[in-house]
Amino acid sequence: MDIEFMINCLPMYVQAAWLTLRIASAGIALALGAGLICALVRSAKIPVASFIVSAYIELSRNTPLLVQLFLLYFGLPKAGVYLSSQMCAIIGLVFLGGSYMAEAFRSGLESVDKAQRESAESLGLTKFQTAIYVVLPQAISVSVPALAANVIFMIKETSVFSVVALADLMFVAKDLIGMYYKTNEALTLLVGFYLLILLPVSALAAWLERRVRYAGFGNPA
Amino acid sequence: MDVNLLEVEQLRKSYKDAEVLKGLSFTLARGDVLVVAGPSGCGKSTLLRCINGLEPFQSGVIRLSGRDLTAPGVKWTEVRQKVGMVFQSYELFPHMNVLDNLLLAPRKAQGLSKSEASARAASLLERVGLKDKMKSFPRELSGGQKQRVAILRALMMKPELMLFDEVTAALDPEMVREVLDLMLELATDGMTMIIVTHEMQFAQAAASRVLFMDEGEIVETSSPDVFFTFPKTDRAKQFLNIFHFEKKERRH
Repeated sequence: MDIEFMINCLPMYVQAAWLTLRIASAGIALALGAGLICALVRSAKIPVASFIVSAYIELSRNTPLLVQLFLLYFGLPKAGVYLSSQMCAIIGLVFLGGSYMAEAFRSGLESVDKAQRESAESLGLTKFQTAIYVVLPQAISVSVPALAANVIFMIKETSVFSVVALADLMFVAKDLIGMYYKTNEALTLLVGFYLLILLPVSALAAWLERRVRYAGFGNPA
Repeated sequence: MDVNLLEVEQLRKSYKDAEVLKGLSFTLARGDVLVVAGPSGCGKSTLLRCINGLEPFQSGVIRLSGRDLTAPGVKWTEVRQKVGMVFQSYELFPHMNVLDNLLLAPRKAQGLSKSEASARAASLLERVGLKDKMKSFPRELSGGQKQRVAILRALMMKPELMLFDEVTAALDPEMVREVLDLMLELATDGMTMIIVTHEMQFAQAAASRVLFMDEGEIVETSSPDVFFTFPKTDRAKQFLNIFHFEKKERRH
């Protein structure tokens, strides 16, 4: 192992890791929002919108992210829409993650008994207040393990972004291998940096899961 | 002339082909305690759910303080603030402590200030001896305590009418008493109530009137004394026999 080479490469990796993190955060935040909206639309059974959401979820979950990104990066310009690499990456990630988040929220929403909603409404709360104060807090706490798994999944999926010429971690590693043939060093750093990002996220997720476990309401572990 | 608090006229409700309520009519004066009795599946719970707007119905009129609830423009969120409902399965909000369970609706639906709502909650909890449970979560309470908190939660809105839907049916026998005692106390205080229950002895003690239903129809309406001793109809007699055990001669 060429340690000196690895040290020299560190700044490039740090920069790439930062980019990966930024895009992943933006993508995850937007996917959470999109997923929640999709899940609510489906659970409220809004006629046309429900159908569109279902179609989107099937399309998104049953096509690879790589294919989705190709479509955005190479297909859209043919239709006269030009997106930057970063834009493509974020949109692609949201398109992919949104459906997974929607399914996670849906499982949570379905776990809240109908009688909970009725008892809230019987007190004179509006449907909106019932959703905000009664249904969602319970639903989200049930969804947390699935949401956390999705977050980790989405961060890992960012490794595909190098195909849209985005200088993320994977891109930097491939670049270094191509230029210097230092395969071992480049890949070791790559694994190290992914772990550096993902281990804390996993630990945070595990803590959060313990914290909101349904039976533990009022008894934070 | 004082209008009745509740008037139900020709209430009809069906699920697909099955007619569950076949044109019910009755009235309830302020302070009345109406016990609705009848076999399972006769439409008792559905009746309560219709009065509270949880169940849509096909035809008929429900009037609360003379106001037609089926008229266009009626806001059920406002109606429900005046009509409290307690469910068999308590339905406390598991992610909130007792106090927050009590405060949610008065704060959000009535816009009460936190101090005013808290004071109301404290005095209610004090009254039923659950003040020390204020910060407890529902899962830390016994069934009887949960159901009493659920009753208080409905009382927080200062309702004019309370609906009780088999509120002791899920409770262990030793928990039933504390819940029924609270309801009896409310009745004594003059609260207008409709109680669906299978606790016949309680019904006899609490009711000002008994409405006996079978297969979606009102079979008879009587004072409790008449209903429990000399029911007018055979169907009511049959029903009451379910609760009656005769000591049989031992064979040897």
